[in-house]
Amino acid sequence: MSYIVDRRLNGKNKSTVNRQRFLRRYRKDIKKAVDDAVTKRSITDIDSGESVSIPKKDLSEPAFHHGKGGIRDMIHPGNKEFAQGDKIPRPQEGSGSGGGEGDASDSGEGIDEFVFQISQDEFLEFLFDGLELPNLVKRQLQGTESFKYVRAGIINDGNPTKLNIVRSMRQATSRRIALTAPSRRKIKEYLEEIAELESLEEALRDNDRLLFLRIEVDKLQKKIKRIPFIDDFDLRYNHHIKQPLPSSKAVMFCIMDVSGSMNQAMKDMAKRFFILLYMFLKRNYDKIEVVFIRHHTSAKEVDEEEFFYSRETGGTIVSSALKLMREIMVERYPASEWNIYGAQASDGDNWNDDSPSCKKILVEDILPQCQYFSYIEITPRRHQALWREYETIMESLDYFSMQQISDPSDIYPVFRELFQKKPA
Amino acid sequence: MTKKRKPISTESEWTFDLIQEYDHEIGRIAESFRLDTYPNQIEIITAEQMLDAYSSVGMPVGYNHWTYGKHFVSNEQKYKRGHMGLAYEIVINSDPCIAYLMEENTMTMQALVIAHACYGHNSFFKGNYLFKTWTDASSIIDYLVFAKNYITHCEERYGIDEVENLLDSCHALMNYGVDRYKRPYPISAAEEKQRQKEREEYLQKQVNELWHTIPKMIDKDEPEKEIHFPGEPQENILYFIEKNAPLLEPWQREIVRIVRKIAQYFYPQRQTQVMNEGWATFWHYTLLNQLYDEGLANDGFIMEFLQSHTSVVYQPPFDSPYYSGINPYALGFNMMRDIRRICESPTAEDKKWFPDIAGSDWLTTLHFAMANFKDESYIQQFLSPKMIREFKLFSILDDDHKKDLEVTAIHDDHGYQVVREKLSQQYNLSMNEPNIQVYNVDVRGDRSLTLRHVQHNRRPLEKDNTIDVLKHLRNLWGFDVHLESHQQGEVSETYHCTEDKINLDTPETDS
Repeated sequence: MSYIVDRRLNGKNKSTVNRQRFLRRYRKDIKKAVDDAVTKRSITDIDSGESVSIPKKDLSEPAFHHGKGGIRDMIHPGNKEFAQGDKIPRPQEGSGSGGGEGDASDSGEGIDEFVFQISQDEFLEFLFDGLELPNLVKRQLQGTESFKYVRAGIINDGNPTKLNIVRSMRQATSRRIALTAPSRRKIKEYLEEIAELESLEEALRDNDRLLFLRIEVDKLQKKIKRIPFIDDFDLRYNHHIKQPLPSSKAVMFCIMDVSGSMNQAMKDMAKRFFILLYMFLKRNYDKIEVVFIRHHTSAKEVDEEEFFYSRETGGTIVSSALKLMREIMVERYPASEWNIYGAQASDGDNWNDDSPSCKKILVEDILPQCQYFSYIEITPRRHQALWREYETIMESLDYFSMQQISDPSDIYPVFRELFQKKPA
Repeated sequence: MTKKRKPISTESEWTFDLIQEYDHEIGRIAESFRLDTYPNQIEIITAEQMLDAYSSVGMPVGYNHWTYGKHFVSNEQKYKRGHMGLAYEIVINSDPCIAYLMEENTMTMQALVIAHACYGHNSFFKGNYLFKTWTDASSIIDYLVFAKNYITHCEERYGIDEVENLLDSCHALMNYGVDRYKRPYPISAAEEKQRQKEREEYLQKQVNELWHTIPKMIDKDEPEKEIHFPGEPQENILYFIEKNAPLLEPWQREIVRIVRKIAQYFYPQRQTQVMNEGWATFWHYTLLNQLYDEGLANDGFIMEFLQSHTSVVYQPPFDSPYYSGINPYALGFNMMRDIRRICESPTAEDKKWFPDIAGSDWLTTLHFAMANFKDESYIQQFLSPKMIREFKLFSILDDDHKKDLEVTAIHDDHGYQVVREKLSQQYNLSMNEPNIQVYNVDVRGDRSLTLRHVQHNRRPLEKDNTIDVLKHLRNLWGFDVHLESHQQGEVSETYHCTEDKINLDTPETDS
């Protein structure tokens, strides 16, 4: 007897858990591959999957085996020329007939690296593992300035505009049915009795009784009529409650210095940093908008293409960009609705008198509205006025941070540094 | 000649109706050859599901562990790049016998798989003495479900890492978790669950008892009498751990037990590879040919079948780039056919070598061979000189004390016995695996565990692996572990695994 079962529609991902266990165990190797990939890849495919290689030796599971040496007798097929007693020089390590041993262990296949692919999701998972958006919780608690009304069932009182007619009428009907039931039952009994009496011969009728019955029925019907069609306590209202709406939208301001002193390599570094930040925010928020601001002596809001690729030269006035950011924030991104992130990249050059005013704008207008603001200085040289001004901010505010990048391999570590999960 | 009937199918596409019809006809023919099977449960699966089945090493329900993930990732990788085709089938020793058929196969391949797995392997599982004594086909699925749930439960309670470490340690010793000679108790999921609690308490008491006796023994007046525990050397290391490791928690013992039970379940399969595949291949060949003779299959069907059959039973010679040892399908299949030949048309040589079976009823003899042997004894009993000639088998002696390799026997009159003997030994699992047993526990001292390895033919242990396994063993035992490797009664190597280090002593030998 055979049963034939079609299992094709059953889940095909029975191994998912085991695969995850495997990734979990080799976290370290995978993370290293991911870290390497971030610095090596071109900017456009930074978020695709990645192949990871792990030394075979680390993967093998030990078991007792025989080692080399001793006496071994092996039977092989396909003899062509050998006769009993022939001597054959011992083949070199790992080749020839010696290699064909029956239970050749699977570790000895000569492949040193075990290479496999991880998917894009897994890649990002590892990329941002252990990172968090600073200050996120605080804002969500604070951000109760926006609310949403949600339905929360039916209640007995409320204002007339929220009257639920269907529920109210249903309530009235059932009240009427309940209140009139005894009377209607009696009326039914009396009417039956009347019908019975009337069916009798005239002489046999109990006319007193009949009259009494008719009066009673009349009374009862009046009583039923007196029950109101709808009453105050029938009314039902839709209930809405106010729920605080945690702001789930984010806007990121990317501010980049494009003055003459920033060369293409520096801009590339800045771009990598911004892309990492962008991907990271994308994983944390439903909706994210990016505002690109570039500046030399004056600032301008541009699209992505222009932000990264067009060249301009000139002096540097950083405060122009911060002023523009402030304007855009006020105009389009009120802090009650948006989580605001700022990231600024510059080589640190600034008009000397401008740095204090940058600090002033940041501290007074921008930072109070921001979730987080980071400043990246892309320079191999010594710090200048801007850095020193910002340093004083960093000492007083924990959601402002700054780091220095001098070559592309610093980007990811610096990024991790900035968003490292901090113990609560 | 049976009267010609209409072929069951002429297209290569399969349908459920066709599978049913083929199964019915193949089943009918199998019955006429007295193949006794468990009921079949034929499951059609996709290639992805086949990959899943692969990585759980043939267990339809497996507990979660990274090693299965590793297999999955590597199989998936190889399959996607085209380095590896998937097996046409997987069959599970259970009652009903579960066989997986892949969706991608053609009708002919499905019929081949049905004949091979559902009637060949299936009847082997039901008939062979090793499977009969050592496995319980009816309860294995339930037990695997129990194991999976139990391990999941432990993970929730004690953490994934904890359980994973324990399983790693157990897996390292899996081959030393089988009883080779003693019949284990049958397992049943229901009882298992019910008794598990009692066992937990009982075991823990037993273990403590062992250590209670320690202080009493220190008595200066009495002459030192060497107490030896265990009384006899123990070959089942995991069993010894489960019952005697002093520091394991009850749930840890249960997991050791689970790994042990699963190892035991697979043990007969490892001992009957040649026979099992040979038997199944012999029957798919015989059954499908019969199907063709009856006119139920057409020429296209049989050509496609033969094409795939011959590639399965091909034995590359030792100097071929494709050579990777003796192909169990080829050896097993040809030996089965040879037994039939010896029965049906014996030559003078066969009569001399096989006086008992030459000329007997081939079907009875073949069933007898299937039921009562394992690879080692099957080859020892039935490998004929004709087979040795056909395979051109020869024996190579590799002695590290000699400069050259030596051909000790070939397919000639002097060599038949030797080749047969050596090939049989090659399938003797206890020769292939190092012989390691639990020898002593220092009950009065530091509680260290000593294993003894008895070298066969001076073959030493592979060092890196041994060191790693000992670390795992130490992890299970909780105290230091030593391993003495004996060569002709002398200790040639000693491994010591202590809490923070492991070292290897090799005393100078004059060899």
